Amino acid sequence: MKRVLHSWQGTAALVLCLAALASLPLMAVDAPSPFGTGTVVLVLLMVAGAALVSFTKLSQPLLATILFVAAHLAVWLLLAGIAGNEGQATLAFFLLVAASWLLAWRCVSVLSGIRPKSQAGDTFLRLLIPAIFGAWILILWEAATRGAGIPFIILPPPSSIGARLASSVPILWADVQQTIFKAVLFGYVVGCASGFVVAIIADRIAFLRRGLLPIGNMVSALPIIGVAPIMVMWFGFDWQSKAAVVIIMTFFPMLVNTVAGLAASGAMERDLMRSYASDYWQTLIKLRLPAAMPFIFNALKINSTLALIGAIVAEFFGTPIVGMGFRISTEIGRMNVDMVWAEIAVAALIGSVFYGVVALGERATTFWHPSNRGG
Amino acid sequence: MPMNNPPSSVVSASKLGLTFETSDGPVHALSNVDLTVNKGDFVSFIGPSGCGKTTFLRVIADLEKATAGEITVNGMTPEEARKSRSYGYVFQAPALYPWRTIEKNIALPLEIMGYSAADRKARIERTLDLVNLSGFGKKYPWQLSGGMQQRASIARALAFDADLLLMDEPFGALDEIVRDHLNEQLLKLWARTEKTICFVTHSIPEAVYLSTRIVVMSPRPGRVTDVIESTLPKERPLEIRETPEFLEIAHRVREGLRAGHSYEE
Repeated sequence: MKRVLHSWQGTAALVLCLAALASLPLMAVDAPSPFGTGTVVLVLLMVAGAALVSFTKLSQPLLATILFVAAHLAVWLLLAGIAGNEGQATLAFFLLVAASWLLAWRCVSVLSGIRPKSQAGDTFLRLLIPAIFGAWILILWEAATRGAGIPFIILPPPSSIGARLASSVPILWADVQQTIFKAVLFGYVVGCASGFVVAIIADRIAFLRRGLLPIGNMVSALPIIGVAPIMVMWFGFDWQSKAAVVIIMTFFPMLVNTVAGLAASGAMERDLMRSYASDYWQTLIKLRLPAAMPFIFNALKINSTLALIGAIVAEFFGTPIVGMGFRISTEIGRMNVDMVWAEIAVAALIGSVFYGVVALGERATTFWHPSNRGG
Repeated sequence: MPMNNPPSSVVSASKLGLTFETSDGPVHALSNVDLTVNKGDFVSFIGPSGCGKTTFLRVIADLEKATAGEITVNGMTPEEARKSRSYGYVFQAPALYPWRTIEKNIALPLEIMGYSAADRKARIERTLDLVNLSGFGKKYPWQLSGGMQQRASIARALAFDADLLLMDEPFGALDEIVRDHLNEQLLKLWARTEKTICFVTHSIPEAVYLSTRIVVMSPRPGRVTDVIESTLPKERPLEIRETPEFLEIAHRVREGLRAGHSYEE
């Protein structure tokens, strides 16, 4: 009894199986290509069997493997069965999808409980668990949109987004080159570098610090994306106007954070430098900049997402016929929602990679900071 | 003025005063302090908090400016002395930079003062050995215990050629067993390096155990109430703290502290 309670996902999956059995068939009666009896029996047996196995005291890796295979095979059969029957799925179909999902949940719970001994095993698990998690978001999305027949322009299924992505690689690549490699990277590097340099100057010159910083704080609070049309007027339709928007968006976070970081070193540490008769630049390079690094990386991370948003949205206001923002705004007008989603997926991927690279740099540079030391 | 000092005097203060202007009116941190520290001395400054002992040390180090009187350090003004790097300062906390290894922390003053790489390496090795930290050079400060961190900060102050060592309650935050051990090591180190040491503390046994001279100070305004020459031998095992001679000096220090401390308020 205790084990049945422990694997409550297994119990719930069994209940869902019985409910599905009571409300067969899986597709509406007039569906063009209903499920074969063999497939239905196979899915039911797999789900119920795996649910029963989850009550046993098998070793954790073996149990996780059985649950993994059964849950994903069952849901794959179910999804494959929708072909030709879009929008015809019945309650029984969704009950079985839910039961497989519960098994996958159980699988992830078992995996989370494993304490691997080797470094490689640990890394493998750290990647596998979020991968299963992410896959099930796509699986449930696919089952819901195609099974229930949700209109394509409201939410296309991930499979057609994926197909669109695969068939439009040259267009997407051209858009990435235009938006990311030109506008975002150029704007990010120039914006961050100038924010940093101005912060150092402002730190040395008191009137700049007193005058510029309050304005910097105010400008940071403004929706800077509003200047995009003006930048297009100034710098033309090509990527330079988008880079200008990115520069404006990234400049002030870097300025404000660097100035705060330069003030972060302690009084004792500064007295120490004074006792060595250290000059301004030595103190800056050996004490104040290292102490400011956590703040600077904070700005770099904030700016990595700001730059992407800035460049994409700025393209809504006029651009040559290439670029991620241009593609999103024109394809939505032509009801090609799958292409819009493909661009969003690419932007999300690039944004994550961008953020990840900055975060890796941060870990390497500020390993000494209490929040990164670990253990 | 510098000409008048005997060549053996390292710090010489006369009628020294320092007043902080605060929003509640002036605070007299130091008033009328006359004191000479000779070469090779181990001088302790003891007194209740607010008696100006740390302030006096900071004036020697040119971290504060005196508002009255005269002071010379190595025959120069404190600012000249600081610019010619004539002292090493050990703070209440280790103040090691967490992004540098222990080795690199000790190298910090050497880098600033422009010592060559080979010289830096030799000095790091020598000072790490002096504070018994050989083999810990590649560790980061946060990987060491509090006592080891403070020893590393002493090594950092010893790494360059300054004859004067200013120590501001360096062992105040450590437990008594570690403190005893470090006191013993500090005496050995003083004997080996022949530096002049000014040492701020609020512990009577620590002051008596370490010093050749004990300066007793009292607050409001901060002033010197007694200067006690120690009669203890230079060689001092920890057990010396139970001898009658030691207890007698400790008694005199305690009397001095009591006399200077007003309970009027």
